[in-house]
Amino acid sequence: METLISLTGKDYVLTASDMTAARSILVFKVNEDKTRDLSPHITMAFCGESGDTVQFAEFIQKNIRLYAIRNNFELSPKAAANYVRTQLAESLRSRSPYAVNVLIAGFDEHEGPELYWLDYLGTLCKIPFGAHGFASNFVLSTLDNAYLPDMDLEQGIALLKSAIKVVQQRMLISQPNFQIKLVNKDGVSVIDI
Amino acid sequence: MSIMSYNGSAMLAMVGRDCVAIASDTQLSANGQMISTDFQRVHMVNNNVMIGMSGLATDVQTLWADFRARTKMYKLREERDISPRAFAHMVSSALYQRRFGPYFIEPVIAGIDPDTKKPYVCSTDIIGCIEKSPNFVVAGTCTENLYGMCETLFRPDMDADDLFETVAQALVNAFDRDAYSGQGAIVHILTPTELITRTIKTRTD
Repeated sequence: METLISLTGKDYVLTASDMTAARSILVFKVNEDKTRDLSPHITMAFCGESGDTVQFAEFIQKNIRLYAIRNNFELSPKAAANYVRTQLAESLRSRSPYAVNVLIAGFDEHEGPELYWLDYLGTLCKIPFGAHGFASNFVLSTLDNAYLPDMDLEQGIALLKSAIKVVQQRMLISQPNFQIKLVNKDGVSVIDI
Repeated sequence: MSIMSYNGSAMLAMVGRDCVAIASDTQLSANGQMISTDFQRVHMVNNNVMIGMSGLATDVQTLWADFRARTKMYKLREERDISPRAFAHMVSSALYQRRFGPYFIEPVIAGIDPDTKKPYVCSTDIIGCIEKSPNFVVAGTCTENLYGMCETLFRPDMDADDLFETVAQALVNAFDRDAYSGQGAIVHILTPTELITRTIKTRTD
């Protein structure tokens, strides 16, 4: 019942994650941060089994940070995504697998903006735009219809806004707040749209 | 829905005269929802062998990482490339090691024997039972369609161009009648001297 939406543009990646923390019929809060920054140029948005999500995301965040400190070298978005995939795939066949879906958005100085889709099974896929959660049923058709490669930031934000609008208009479950993160050559930042 | 059709796939391998081919669709879907139209299920093991893996996409990626590591170690130890037959038995034993908690993939393997230059094509089931074929093997979510197409289009001793045409037509017309696979195809033709890779645009509805 959570929503993650992300799209890549000309020189940036935008991610939108809903901020609702709810269980059963109860909404606990509407300002929950469902993202963790893995490095100055990589952010990971996550959803899934509550409890697993933050535990897994922070485990990944800390390990990628540890790698960067030990080797004095930041992992590329591709390397980070493959690390997360391996962790999820190993967890899948363990006694208590993590039920966490993530979108990894990063900017690489050689490769440019990158977006990786990764589900709880450990299926990794590089995509131009994507979504997780029930809302993907609405959002993907909106994005399929209007997405263009090489959109500038203004166009990207407009598209992301229309995607969020569809979720809020058509989905039974209320998600009043979305956190938007922008990843570009200057790093990860939270923006208002 | 079965775990084998969760991600959807269609692939086949076929024998020609001194050449082999693997063709695969390129889409990744999850429970019928399309995620990507550019997903790689076929990998080159070396200049003589290639493998395509149908089934659960996470296991495709996990096992390819494993196979790549194993074949690299093989090459370092033996100072030669692994043959298609040896590779098939390696895949088989890797799958059978997980007999009671299997990886959910059905691989197809195609190659040219580096010594005899004979084409080799086989597939296995999810627990590694090898089925060697003198003509073609199929795997994925539309095997019925693929068998039908291959049975009608296959001719013995096709050259590389004929083989490409046959394999491409067989695959495309098989997965066009399958909801879980399609959205484009990739064909790899392997001859003793070269690898030809062609991508095919298909209907995307």
